[in-house]
Amino acid sequence: MTMILLIEQVLNGLQFGVMLFVMAAGLTLVFGVMGLINLAHGSLYMVGAFAAATVAGLTGSFLLALAASLAAAAAAGALVEIVVIRRLYARDHLDQVLATFALILIFSEGTRWLFGSFPLFLDVPSWLSGPVELPGGILYPAYRLAIIGVGLAVAVGLWALITRTRMGIRIRAGESDREMIAALGVDISKLYTVVFALGAGLAGLAGALVGAIQSVQVGMGEPVLILAFVVIVIGGIGSIKGALVASLLVGLTDTLGGVLLPSLFAQVMERSSAMLVGSSLASMLIYILMAVVLVVRPSGLYGVRS
Amino acid sequence: MTLKTIITASAIVALSATTALADVKVGMITTLSGGGAGLGIDVRDGFMLAIEQSGRDDIEVIIEDDQRKPDVAVQLADRMIQSENVDVLTGIIWSNLAMAVVPSAVAQGKFYLSPNAGPSALAGRGCNENYFNVAWQNDNLHEAAGAYSNDAGYTNTYILAPNYPAGQDALTGFKRMYDGELSGEIYTQLGQTDYAAEIAQIRASGADSVFFFLPGGMGISFLKQYADSGVDLPVVGPAFSFDQGILQAVGAAALGVRNTSQWSKDLDNAANVAFVETFVAEYGRLPSLYASQGFDTANLLISAIEVADVHDQDAFRTALEAADFASTRGDFAFGPNHHPIQNIYVREVVQEGDVFTNAIVATALTDHSDVYAAECQF
Repeated sequence: MTMILLIEQVLNGLQFGVMLFVMAAGLTLVFGVMGLINLAHGSLYMVGAFAAATVAGLTGSFLLALAASLAAAAAAGALVEIVVIRRLYARDHLDQVLATFALILIFSEGTRWLFGSFPLFLDVPSWLSGPVELPGGILYPAYRLAIIGVGLAVAVGLWALITRTRMGIRIRAGESDREMIAALGVDISKLYTVVFALGAGLAGLAGALVGAIQSVQVGMGEPVLILAFVVIVIGGIGSIKGALVASLLVGLTDTLGGVLLPSLFAQVMERSSAMLVGSSLASMLIYILMAVVLVVRPSGLYGVRS
Repeated sequence: MTLKTIITASAIVALSATTALADVKVGMITTLSGGGAGLGIDVRDGFMLAIEQSGRDDIEVIIEDDQRKPDVAVQLADRMIQSENVDVLTGIIWSNLAMAVVPSAVAQGKFYLSPNAGPSALAGRGCNENYFNVAWQNDNLHEAAGAYSNDAGYTNTYILAPNYPAGQDALTGFKRMYDGELSGEIYTQLGQTDYAAEIAQIRASGADSVFFFLPGGMGISFLKQYADSGVDLPVVGPAFSFDQGILQAVGAAALGVRNTSQWSKDLDNAANVAFVETFVAEYGRLPSLYASQGFDTANLLISAIEVADVHDQDAFRTALEAADFASTRGDFAFGPNHHPIQNIYVREVVQEGDVFTNAIVATALTDHSDVYAAECQF
């Protein structure tokens, strides 16, 4: 394996990681602050992608499409929180899982009813299409570099929000003692709606960004949702910093494992079967990573409670 | 004899009496919801178009959604066979669902006409006299892609497919016909949506072409990312990643790609011209190969109903074997294992106005059967 290929794969792992982070950040916030398991987070990702594809189709502007994905997913999130989720905070996790699973089905079939069963078209904007040459002669798609940039910007923005603003103080307070901050006069239900909408908006943004290089179709959110759960478990529930570290870890492990393992096996066995065994094992790697992390630190890398 | 058994017995008698008098009852189990729904909807629409055009009112079609889940498909099949008493089953899209349903359905004396899935296990030793495949054996389109790669002069191809039975069959099928070297061979994860790592490997491999089998959304993702990566090696694949439902979502990234198919909308025969025209008029969209397969399946069924009674199994089977219907593919016949013998074409993705579609550029294989036919003994 050449150095150029390795660097390119590390970039791919980074890009996958930051995208997972944008998705997982909302999930871990909602889980940490409200103690709610939200399986429908993947549906909000899908809502963002469909909103972006629709707006891009109507206006031709990718930036407007991104704004629409944020707005549509945040609005859908706020609506869902007020109508359904609000009733679930006091219930146990099984009720939450059941109700949010029902939301997945409603979102999926509702989207199919509105948009039909065939995938929608959403493309990379022309000013970001094609590869750019990085130092060292590496050709890398400009759009993926932009995704890395957006992901890191979201990470910095969230960090600033949580540590530097009044709202962040309330979120952290709500995380550690919700009765107390309610007693201090903070409108806790409004805070919950805002946090939920923020998480939903980020999921929608991730859906739109990824939708441009993948396919915008019903059910696109569920595979990502599973990875996002892996990320928040590894990172520690409720921790934004943990989500960032874990996302990058998962992204790099998955990408580099998928590349390196098959060629490692090819040293000792015939190529066809090495590919088969190597890729099967590579797809397990992140779960092995999760198991190892949980053995060493049962509450996750940056988790405060178990 | 208790009262309950008497009632049950008379109910059974009444039920069998009505079916004996009644028309042909067809049970269609297909995927109408979830990620793969586009395929099932096309098969259903093609099938129902043919039934409608035949003008017959003695064919009753019961349509159910399997949600792409084997357990749901098995339940539906049991219900259709045991309580609805259908004569013929059809509709299944996915090979794993077909493997769960078909063997037990034909063992219970029902006919099964496959409009899509053609797993090798049902074409060779596991074949059955009541199982007919109207689409293709799973390997066929990949074999054609291998043959086309030879014709196109490719000698160092990079091949990839998802790591599941149909993906492994795909690479096996391709290698069966392809004579050149392989610069690489990758199995991706089923349902994978990001192919950056694979594309980087293709770029570094020094290949002269790429063969991929990534059905549905996986193919959309791969093609968009491939076009954006700046790798410009020619791409070959089976028609599954280039059907009419998918092409609009891929857009210009697919232009010029060669793909192999037993059907194309520009095949010039009377049945096909009429099919494309009436399908567009009825549903307001262009038909896909899945729609053509559903349409052919229904026409095969109608051709057999016209000459034989479905309850006379031997006569009905002979009528199906004759395949005396006007296929949208032109020449069509069944081989000894009840799988098609047909031409497989090479199509190129082109743009007609705003619509992306396929046009035939060559014939990859003529009167092609499958390698499993020899192992089949009824």
